[in-house]
Amino acid sequence: MLNGIMGRKIGMTQIFEADGTAVPVTVVQVGPVTVVQKKTEEQEGYNSVQVGYEEIPDRKTNKPMKGHLKSQKAVRILKEFKVDDIAQVELGQVFDYSMFEEGETIAITGVSKGKGFSGTIKRHNFGGQPASHGHRGHRRTGSIGQCATPARVFKGKKMPGQYGNKNVTVLGLKVSKIIPEQNLLLIRGAVPGKNGGVVTLKKSGR
Amino acid sequence: MGSLMELVENSQLREDIPEFRPGSSVRVNYRIIEGEKERIQAFEGVVIRKHLGDRNNKASFTVRKVTQGHGVERIFPLHSPRIESIKVLKVGVVRRAKLYYLRQRRGKAARIAEKITYRPKS
Repeated sequence: MLNGIMGRKIGMTQIFEADGTAVPVTVVQVGPVTVVQKKTEEQEGYNSVQVGYEEIPDRKTNKPMKGHLKSQKAVRILKEFKVDDIAQVELGQVFDYSMFEEGETIAITGVSKGKGFSGTIKRHNFGGQPASHGHRGHRRTGSIGQCATPARVFKGKKMPGQYGNKNVTVLGLKVSKIIPEQNLLLIRGAVPGKNGGVVTLKKSGR
Repeated sequence: MGSLMELVENSQLREDIPEFRPGSSVRVNYRIIEGEKERIQAFEGVVIRKHLGDRNNKASFTVRKVTQGHGVERIFPLHSPRIESIKVLKVGVVRRAKLYYLRQRRGKAARIAEKITYRPKS
């Protein structure tokens, strides 16, 4: 069994649970993924499995990729996952949503929505300055340090800059419902990234 | 991708919800779970707002009634499985979609004319 799988975020909506509570859920289409390469202790120095997600036409792959995939079908994305027992995994083996069950807690990684070059209010939740009574620079950063001592700005000072468009992992997400026919998982709460973005679901949700 | 969202959302819809509009008087039989026991509580009043239409899994509606001089409003999710049934008691004649003006009115002024529909004797 792999410790994770890939999928695509479809969107957010609301469902009713068995007791009638309305919960916000994110719809994620999960897998299936195919085992492309087995990495073993003897050869690579560690045990893991490389899987491919989303088949694409053969003509869309380049020669190095074809050589790597050997006789396997062409895939869009390759990713490595850990396994409990490498001996049980075989090349070409398929994993899908069935590794998760309803009510399970999982972790999801995705690329967050890019917000561009953002100020400190949006990026670091600064308070900003008063709107009126003679104040100027309402959304400005404000002071970034002291005076002659230490006569420098501390490293890691929260300042404006690129916000979003980076890997974000959310732990403790609950699988609310599974729809097997379309490989859909309904995850309670929000998942990083835009609709249609690739996400990685991991079993260790803590 | 849109169709996958529709698939999930449409699976949440209830088909047994009667048609009603703002201005209608309804009785909502709502399941209440108290510890282990489940009972049905009725809430009767005028629908003053419908939110997001009929065929939306997030749709809701607001019912207003006046109890002992205090206005009480309750918002119900339209497709909630906790709604046992909705009974339409009266259909009112109103000229707007959101009847917030009823909040400023008391007694006689807060009445809504009933819509009279001609029903031929069968």
